[in-house]
This record gives sequence, C-alpha cells and structure tokens, in this order.
Amino acid sequence: MFDFGKWTTAFNDFLLGCMPGWAALLIECVLIAVAILGAYTVLALFYILYERKLCAWFQCRLGPMRVGKWGLLQVFADMFKILIKEIISIKGTDKFLFRLAPFIVIVSSVMMLACLPWGNGLQIINYNIGIFFILAVSSVGVLGILMAGWASNNKYTLIGAMRSGAQMVSYEISLGLSIITIVLFAGTMNIQELVMEQESAWFLFRGHIPAIIAFLIYIVAATAETNRGPFDLPEAEHELVAGYHTEYSGITFGFYYLAEYLNLFIVSGIASLMFLGGWMPLHVPGWDAFNDVMNYIPSIVWFLGKAFFISFVIIWFKWTFPRVRIDQLLSFEWKYLMPLSLANLILMAVFVALRWHF
Amino acid sequence: MSDIKEIISGICPEATFVEGGEQLQVIVPDAKWHDLALQLRDDRRLNFDVLTAVVGMDWKDSLGVIYYLTSTSNNWDMIQVKVTAPDMKDPYIHTVSDIWKVANFQEREVYDFFGIRFINHPDMRRMFLRNDWKGHPLRKDYDADPAKNPIRLDDEVNEDDTCSYVEDGNGKIKKVPGKVFNEDEYVVNFGPQHPSTHGVMRMRTSVDGETIKKVDMMSGYIHRGIEKLCEGLGYPQILHFTDRMDYMSAHQNRHCLCLCIEKALGLEVPRRAQVIRVMMDELMRISSHLLAFGCTAMDLGATTAFFYGFREREQVLDIFEKTCGARMSMNYNVIGGVIADIHPDFVKDVKALLAIMPERLKEYHKLFTGNVIARNRLEKVGHLSKEDAINYAITGPSGRGSNWSCDCRKVHPYSVYGELQFEECLETGCDSFARYMVRMREIEQSCRILEQLVDNIPEGDIRALNVPKVVKLPVGHWYQQVEASRGTFGVFIESDGTKNPYRVHFQSPCFNLIGVMDLCCQGYMIADLITIGAALDFVIPDIDR
Amino acid sequence: MEVKIKSMKHEDFKDNEYIDKLVEELNASGANVAVGNLNKLINWGISNSLWPLCFGTSCCAIEFMSLGAARYDMARFGFEVARNSPRQADYIMVQGTIVHRMAPAMRRLYEQLAEPKYVIACGGCAVSGGPFKNSYCVVPGVDKILPVDVYIPGCPPRPEAFFYGLMQLQRKIKVQKFFGGVNRKEKREEFFAAHPEERGQLS
Repeated sequence: MFDFGKWTTAFNDFLLGCMPGWAALLIECVLIAVAILGAYTVLALFYILYERKLCAWFQCRLGPMRVGKWGLLQVFADMFKILIKEIISIKGTDKFLFRLAPFIVIVSSVMMLACLPWGNGLQIINYNIGIFFILAVSSVGVLGILMAGWASNNKYTLIGAMRSGAQMVSYEISLGLSIITIVLFAGTMNIQELVMEQESAWFLFRGHIPAIIAFLIYIVAATAETNRGPFDLPEAEHELVAGYHTEYSGITFGFYYLAEYLNLFIVSGIASLMFLGGWMPLHVPGWDAFNDVMNYIPSIVWFLGKAFFISFVIIWFKWTFPRVRIDQLLSFEWKYLMPLSLANLILMAVFVALRWHF
Repeated sequence: MSDIKEIISGICPEATFVEGGEQLQVIVPDAKWHDLALQLRDDRRLNFDVLTAVVGMDWKDSLGVIYYLTSTSNNWDMIQVKVTAPDMKDPYIHTVSDIWKVANFQEREVYDFFGIRFINHPDMRRMFLRNDWKGHPLRKDYDADPAKNPIRLDDEVNEDDTCSYVEDGNGKIKKVPGKVFNEDEYVVNFGPQHPSTHGVMRMRTSVDGETIKKVDMMSGYIHRGIEKLCEGLGYPQILHFTDRMDYMSAHQNRHCLCLCIEKALGLEVPRRAQVIRVMMDELMRISSHLLAFGCTAMDLGATTAFFYGFREREQVLDIFEKTCGARMSMNYNVIGGVIADIHPDFVKDVKALLAIMPERLKEYHKLFTGNVIARNRLEKVGHLSKEDAINYAITGPSGRGSNWSCDCRKVHPYSVYGELQFEECLETGCDSFARYMVRMREIEQSCRILEQLVDNIPEGDIRALNVPKVVKLPVGHWYQQVEASRGTFGVFIESDGTKNPYRVHFQSPCFNLIGVMDLCCQGYMIADLITIGAALDFVIPDIDR
Repeated sequence: MEVKIKSMKHEDFKDNEYIDKLVEELNASGANVAVGNLNKLINWGISNSLWPLCFGTSCCAIEFMSLGAARYDMARFGFEVARNSPRQADYIMVQGTIVHRMAPAMRRLYEQLAEPKYVIACGGCAVSGGPFKNSYCVVPGVDKILPVDVYIPGCPPRPEAFFYGLMQLQRKIKVQKFFGGVNRKEKREEFFAAHPEERGQLS
C-alpha cells in the first residue's frame, strides 16, 4: 500500500530545511487551501456531469453530447456562463444576510471536505474527534439556507427555508445516531484510526446486523441531509419554484448549485469512511493473496470509487422516487427512523459487550 | 316530455314553453327563476341535478342566460331554461350558484362577457379580463377600439376587492363590497408562471403554516376571446379554434363542433369517416392520459416516470403525423367527415401501439403506481364526494374517480360509440389516486375500442358528398356534447341563418374542474395543492378559451 | 468570418446574410486579441449552456416537453437545465399566446431574468398573435412588449424547429461581444426611464 505520508513528510522536511517553521507552515497552509479549492471545483464539476449523464441514462436519453466529446466540456460551458451571469440585487432584501448566506453554505462544505481521508496518508488534519467535527460543521450549512430563505423576502424562499430547517434538525438525529453506532463499535472518533480499524474487514461486514441497519439509516438520513429527492422539499421545484434559492442569480446561485453536489460527495465520503473502510482496500481475513492484489490499487481510487458508488445510489433514489410531503417526512423520521436508530444503538452496544462481531 | 311541462307549470305558472327544438325550452321570468331552480333540482319527479351549461346571450333587444339542465336519474334528459334580464340597460338576474355550485364561475364568466350582474352571487368579479377592463366584449354593441383597452404593462390594482349584489325588501339592488382574503391571512401566490400550474393558471393560496385555508383561482391569463372571434368567421373557419383550446383533446373537441354543425344541417356522415373519427378520438385520449400520467409523476417529483409516458406518447403522435400531417393541432375533422383519408400504415401502426400498450401500462404501475411514496401522496388527498362532483358538474375521469357514472359515450352515445363494447371506468376512492387510476384504466378501455375498430374500418367516402359549398345553418340553436379527454365537452351554436354563427359557446370540462380546487384543497398541504391539480388534470387554454 | 455551430453547416442556415453583416459590423470597430479571445471563450460558454425558463402557456409548451423527452432530448445540447426561477434562467421561450392580462406578468418575468438574457418567440401566437390576432385581448406578437431574439414559426412548431431556432440563438450569441457588446448600463438607464420611481431603491 503506497503511503502518501512519505511524500508529505519529505516535503515538510525540505521546507523546514530551508526556512523557519512559521514560513513552512504558511506555505503549506496556502498550498493545502489551493488544493482543497481545486479539488472542490473539480469534484463539483464532475458531479454535475455525473448526475446529468446518469439521469439521462435512467430516462432512456443520452444527456449532454454536443459540447466536447460525449459532452465532457458541458460543465465548463455552464461554469463560464454562470460566472459572468449578472448578480441581481433585489429591493426589500436584508442585503447583508442575502450576500452572506451562500458563503456560509460553501464554507461549511469546504470544511467538511477538508476532513475526509482521501488516501493512505492523504489527510489534512487528523483530529482525535474528527468525525464529531464533521457532524458539527455539517450543521452550519443549514444556517446558510435559513438565512437565504429569510433574507430573500419571498414567500417561496421562506417556506423552503422553514422546511429545510425542520428537515435538517430532524434528520441530523438519525444521521448522528447511526454514526455513533459505528463509533461505539470502533471505539474511536479519530478518522485515521477509524480507517485503520477496518484493515481486516470493513465495518459493514465486521459489525454485520447492527452495522448494516446503521448503514441503511445513514443512507436515508444522508439523502435527507443533502436535500436530495425524495427529500428535496426545501427546493421542491414543482411546489416552491426553486425553494430557498429562488432569488439568487449568477454565481451566488452557482454556490448553492455546487454545494449541493459537493455535499452529495461528502456524505458519500463519510459513508465510505464509516462503513466501507474509507480508502482501505477490500480485505478478506485469511485470503492473503487476494488482499495483496487489492492493495495494488491506489488508496485514493478506493476512496473515490466508494464515494462515487454511494452517490450513484443516492442519485438513483432521486430519479426514481416521488417527493414526500413535509408531514410524511417528519413523521417518518420521528416515528420510525429515530426509534429504530436508537434501538440499533442499543443492539450494537449489546453486540460489542458480548463480542458477537467479527 | 309533456309531464315535465305539467310539473313545471304546477310549480311556476308564469313559465312558458317552446317546443320543437332539440330540448324543451322553458322561459321563466327572472323573479321566479331562483324558486323554480330550487324545485327543478329538488323535486323528485324532475331531479335536474346537473347544470350542464350556462350560456350568456345578447339578443340585441335583451340580455339573458340559457341554462342547460340534465337529470342524471331520468335517463339524462336535458331541458333548457331561458332567463332574460328585465332591464337591458342595467341587467340583473338572480343567481343559482347556491343551488348548483358550478354556476359560481359560470355566472362570473357571463358577467365578464355580458355585464349581467347576478343578485346574491357571493363573488362578482371578472373571470377572464383585467379588473379594470372597459366594456363587456361579447355584447353585440361592444366597442372593440384598441385605444379603449390598450396593451397595458402595469399590474392590476385591488385584486382583493370583490363585491356582491343583494336585493333588499323593496326590490332595490345594493352593491356590497367585500374582500377575497382578510388582511391577516398569509397569501402565497402560485402562478401565472409556475412549473406546476400546467399553464398560466394563477392560484392565490391562503395558508396557515403549510396547511391550505383557501384557494382563489384566477383565470384569464390565456383568454383569447375565441367565442367572440367565432362570431366573425364562417363555420369551416371556426373549426380550427377547437384544436387550440384543449390541445390534448383536439380531435374530440373538433368532433363535437362538427357534430353540432352536422346536426343543424341534417348531414349524414359516411360510416368510414365516423369510424376514423372515433379511432382518432381514442388515440387522442390515450395520448392525453399518457401526458397526464407523466405530469402527475413529474409534479410529485418522480421525473423519470414522465419520460416513460412520453415515450409511448411519441408513438401515438407518429400515427397522427402520418395521417393528419401534424403532431399537434391536427385540424383533421371537417364538416361532414374528415379532411384526408388514413395513411396506408395507419392500421399497422395502431396495431403496433396496441401490442405494446398492455405491458407498458404494467411497467408504469410497477414504476410509479405501486410506489409507496406515490400512494401516500395521492391516496386520501383531495376528497371530492359524489354529491359534490355532481353539484360542481365534474365530468370525465375526475368525476368518475368520485364514482359518478357520467361518461357521455354511454349516456348520450354519438357516432359509432353505441355499437362498441367498452367499460366505463369508475373508482370509489373519491381522491386523487382514484382519479389517477381512472385515467390509467381508460387507456386500457381506449385500446379495447381501437382493437374492435382497427380491423373493421369500412370502405367508402371519407366525407359526405352533400356538404354545401357555403355552410349556412338554419335559424335556431343547438347543443352537442362529446366525451373529451377531461370530461364532457359541449358546443352551443345559435344561428341567425347567415354564414357566420350568431353566438358560439364552448362548455369546456376543465372550466368546471377549477371550480372545485378550493373545495378539494382546503385542509390539505401546499404540496397537495400541486398533486390535486395534477390529478384533476386541467388544461388552462381550455378553461380560458 | 463565419459562425460555427457544431454539426450544422454554414449553408444549412437560411439567413446567413444577416449574421454575416452583424459580424462585419462588430469587427469593424476592431478588438484586441486578448479581449477578442476572452469574448470567444465567454460566448462559447453562454451559447452552450442556455438554460430555459419553464414558462409555457399553451400547445407549444407541450411540444417543448417533447423536446425535453427522450426522443428529441435537448439535454444533448446542454439546454435541459430548465430553471423555474427567472433569476437563474438564460432565456424565455414564449410558448403560446400572450393576452392582455398576461402582458404585465410577461414583462416582469423578462425584467427578472439576469443578464445576459434572450427571448425566443415560439409559435404563431407569440410571433404575431397567430389565429387569435384579431381578438380583443390578444397581444399581436410578443415583440410588442419584449425584445425578441429569435422567432420560431409553427402552430405549434415541431421539435426540430425548436432545435433550429435554438441553434440560431447560439449563432447569434457567438457573434455578440461580451465586452462592450452587451451593454448592461444602457439597459439599466432604459429601465429607469420607464420606471422613474425605482431609481434610488436599487443599490
């Protein structure tokens, strides 16, 4: 397994060798910031095309074909367009909150992106409470949505924002509980350690029944957290025009558009970290030859592959299911999903205590 | 017929009768009209429970309304009631909107077109035109000078203002102003540009949180004044408007107008043309219901199902295109027959469609109908009882979803429908899901009709040979109904013997559908507003005309 | 200089003279290479990412739905991201008759679109009033109230006609000049001249 840590340590040593420590830190910070923003843009653009091609495939269509080979340049055209689109300032809005809101959404998703384990040794910060940090930061995003809805001075956006608030607050509970279930099993919140714990086998297989239940709950709650169908009520195109971002134009709308796709990647990334071993290749205890072959595939490919696969499932949901109604959405969470995840947490505790896992 | 006369004379001795037309015509003075109307509905022997059409009229020397009433229990008998406003300068007629709820919007339309005010009507606003419009366009003395009503780019003011006219004890009529919404109500505006209003309908919705308290339907954003335009054109010319009203029932609507003119002329349509017309009607119904399926799915957020519905719809459109030369607005029926013979591939193409439809329908049910979210969104939403459906004259799939047997093909068989074997689809759910299921089952029944006809298209002429070069209808008036995709479509023609009609009225099924939106939506959620609209499946240009 | 549209030859378009003249006029003033290339890049972006506003009034809207459906699939051109909010859309396709009651709403929708914005008049009714031209309350052509870029005749136009019209719009965009060409400032002044009460309310 190639360890990217070697490169980064060597680079750090090189910098420390030719400049004082603070300067090296500064340079590293700048480089990492550029890298994250770069990765953010590239991933968002990839995801836009990914979803458009996938949904075209579900709908017996071709999807973007004309711009570039197989429409590969389509998203770049969209990007140029959206960058130069006028940003309309609207009478009667709360200007400060209106301008601030998209940045909060973007900042929240960039911060989550920074915590993901991209590969062996490819991680920006290794906290001892990494997963807790991700959960905490993910709750900030909803503030941006609420602010946008409130500041736009529009009834559709307000209803969208209120729906979003109710939805995010509710589903965060299930999301957190399903993650806690795995944390309980692993005994750590450190992201690097979480990955290393799964070296023998992924948590999904090691924890079997409670882990699988937690995985399913997580996928449902994550779909709701990212405001994607069938839980896309805050946007609810056919009811609320464009939901909370109805009044945003140009790149401010672009921020929401990008953040939506990036959040999709992030929740998929967290799912792959918590259940499918992060960047850890597929290992089967005892099959050493098989494990060796798997190790040849670079860790970053494993991570991205798993994330893309889970995103595929979530996109599949969106283009298959009709949208639920707000009361159905909330009663589903509070009456079924949350009790189930609490029960599952206890089940996992029993499994861990009695060592019924692998 | 004669006993109806006796019963009515017993109730209202002032009533006079005109016989010899299609139906019995009762002429009632305005003062007695409301009492008679109540008896007409409630008297066991009469039981005229459906107000089929309300036609405003300007006879130059007087203004008035012709009401077409149908009795569902007495063999779907129809009568007409003619009520004239006593004073031409300041016309008033008593409302019947408390007796037949459907009259609420119908009378507003008459007010808009003719300026006849209805006493005790709860909400006497204009229906189609701007609230600051000058004049009433369907009056014969209307000044059509564009300078009087120029194109204006400023918004309408005082949209909340309404009024009603009440009569005090001395017979004096007083205007009572009112408001549509109270000041403290939270009103969300849907439309005219909104993705799920299926056109340019505007729904002002008063909400409490997400719960709907009241819906105010504002129409007229695509009112093109077709009825007035018809008065200036000859009969063959007015045919093409029918394709552009409910474009999803283009064939049926045109069929209806042709039948009405043929009835007036006494023309016999060759059997080949009749069979082709019926086949086209049923193909159109399939295409319309497929679109309704797709749009319902899309309004619920299941975008993919929409594409599956459209895939089969394209196949139907191909059949139209080969024979009629156009995918939409086919302009195929003409007076006395059809304009062109069927394409040589027609039979083959129809058979190909019939071969795939059953399994495609199964696919839709698997993909969408069986989905638990879709079921929860549609079931027990938008309740409309059978009594309300009759009172609001909700025909078509929406009425049959409330278990009201109202298929015009069964109750007043026209063309070759009398000889065909098909089932009238009824559902007892009275909710959006029932309406949706009626549509899906009607596709099967339309396929069944097509199967019976596809191998039995008789040889012969496609057009009656004795159609006059210049079509002039004799003096009189006629009313004809057909079952369009969304309900019973009616055409009223009054002729004064010239080559242009004196008055044409189109009684569109969708117009009645918007009347129940307020009733259906109360107490449900904003998201249900969209699904109820989708399940009622109205087409806006058909409402506005 | 001719304007290139992928898989549609120069001679396939019928009104090349008009576009060629436009190109000549635009080039007459001259532009430096850097700005010219940036213009080209931006125009490539705009022309390939035209997001329509969901706005249908009658039959043309149904044909527009067919355009989005699987057989014609406008997603191939990148046109499929139909936005419901005018703030986020690039062009309005006026699909159907515009009547007097609709006219103020139509105008407002246009004003709500973010620059650069385009208008396509689809179908006989939007082009000229069509069969309803003589009616008392029909706007005889949407160009009476909006500046129209492309007209697509038909009743309703076939999906192929929609594509032809959209490609014409692409061609038109490809010759425009973002720097100096589309002049937002002038339009703003025009707007304020029409609505003096709005001046000072917008920042």
